[in-house]
This record gives sequence, structure tokens and C-alpha cells, in this order.
Amino acid sequence: MIDWTHFTPESALVGGLMIGLACALLWLLNGRIAGISGITAGTFISAGTERNWRQAFVLGLVLSSWLWLMMAPLPVAEVTGNYGLLAAAGLLVGIGARLGSGCTSGHGVCGLARLSMRSLAATLTFMGVAVVTVFIVRHLL
Amino acid sequence: MKKHWFLSLSAFICGLLFGLGLLMAGMANPAKVLGFLDIAGLWDPSLALVMIGAIAIAFVAFWYSKKMPQSLLKTKFNWPDATAITRPLLAGSALFGLGWGLVGLCPGPALVLAGTGSVEGLIFIVFMLIGFRLVDYFQAK
Repeated sequence: MIDWTHFTPESALVGGLMIGLACALLWLLNGRIAGISGITAGTFISAGTERNWRQAFVLGLVLSSWLWLMMAPLPVAEVTGNYGLLAAAGLLVGIGARLGSGCTSGHGVCGLARLSMRSLAATLTFMGVAVVTVFIVRHLL
Repeated sequence: MKKHWFLSLSAFICGLLFGLGLLMAGMANPAKVLGFLDIAGLWDPSLALVMIGAIAIAFVAFWYSKKMPQSLLKTKFNWPDATAITRPLLAGSALFGLGWGLVGLCPGPALVLAGTGSVEGLIFIVFMLIGFRLVDYFQAK
């Protein structure tokens, strides 16, 4: 059943278009894929100019909420306060994204937009596992 | 100004725009992401619209770029060359999905959340970075 009280079609679509525009600009201007996990990991292992633009991208992402705050109050973020769970999830996401060569942005947005079957396989896998995980946590445990 | 400054400036703006898009879409709120992944409960389809909007714009950029000899800032387009659906791709994506489903955070939203000064976001990011480094360390061996 659709959760009509939380479903926000307009802002979701506008936000999605902004994310798509960011991916489009990074590709058309820099010739690089906007994959957050690869870019972030690359700030450690790449060198020179390849490192600089990655650091700049991550800095922009981290500072985006500051720019938002100049225009409007920040939207609420409800996140679990269980630090052990956050640490475990962060580790799994880090290992998984690196081993799987991408995350929601690199495979889920850019990969699907390139019509890559490899990214489709990755996206279906992480979406499927995430859905099953939420089902177990919320409805079985 | 030298070319690498323009590359970093454009990457910085793309990072900002990506983060603003996540905030606009409500995707920096893990509860909203979990609302999408929980298909057995009250379902919030917002994330699907975010992806459709983002993929649509990125698709046009990738398609258009096939006719361009190089990027607008005169770099080579870095087309991902891997096409094989491998065991690490699927295993990594599965681990990623497990972590994503546990708390509703993936790398982009976590970086935005950490930028707001959220302790939860910071813990997630620290362990995500450890995960990146672990994989890079073992893959380099």
C-alpha cells in the first residue's frame, strides 16, 4: 500500500533531476562518472589532478547542506542512534561498494543511464538485498 | 587559470548540486530511504522517482557525448570498460545492499549528513572509509 502521507512526488522528481544534472555536468565537463564511492575512495589512492577534482567533488557534497542552510532550514533526517549498527552498516557499505565497483550513484544512476548490463546486475542485487534486509528487520525480528 | 583548476571547480559545483539534489529529494533522510525499501509496510515510492529523474538527465548526457571528440574541458571521456558480471561485483553489491538496508544510508547521503555535523553520519563515514581502504589494501596484494 502506498504511504500517501510520506510520498513526495514533486520534490523527489526535482531532486532527481538535480542529481541527474550533476552527473551530466561532471560527465560533459570533466568526462568522469559521478560515482560517489569511487570518487571518495579515489581521494586516497589517486594522485595529482586526478586526486584534486575528486577532493573538490567530495568537498562540494559535504558543504552542500551549508549552501542549503543559506536558503532554507535543513530538512529533518531521522537516523538510528545505535552507533554499533551505524558502524557495521558503514563498514558493509564501504567494503561492498568498493568490491562491487560502485554504489547507488555509479551503478544505480550513471550505470543504468549508460544502459550497462553490469550496473543493472549490481543495482538489482543491492536493491534486492536491501529490500530483504528491511523486511527481516522490520517484519520478522 | 590552469586547466586543472577548472576541472576541480566544475567537480566542486557538481558535488554541491548533487548534495542539494539529495536534500531536495529527501534522500539525505535515511527514514525516507527505508520507507522505499520497506515494500511490505506502508510504501513510499519517492526514491523511484528520484532515480527516474536522475537517470533521464544522465542518459541524455551520455548519449549526446558519443558524438563529442572530448569533454568540454578537453579531457578524454572515461568510459568504464568493464562489462563482465563477476563474482566480486555481485558479492560486493549484496554486502552493500545489506549495509544500506540496515540503516538507510549510502555514500552520497552519508557524506551530506556528515556535513551537517551529524554524529551518526560521521560514524557511518569513518567506517565506510575503513571499508574502502580494506578492499583497496587486499586488492593491491
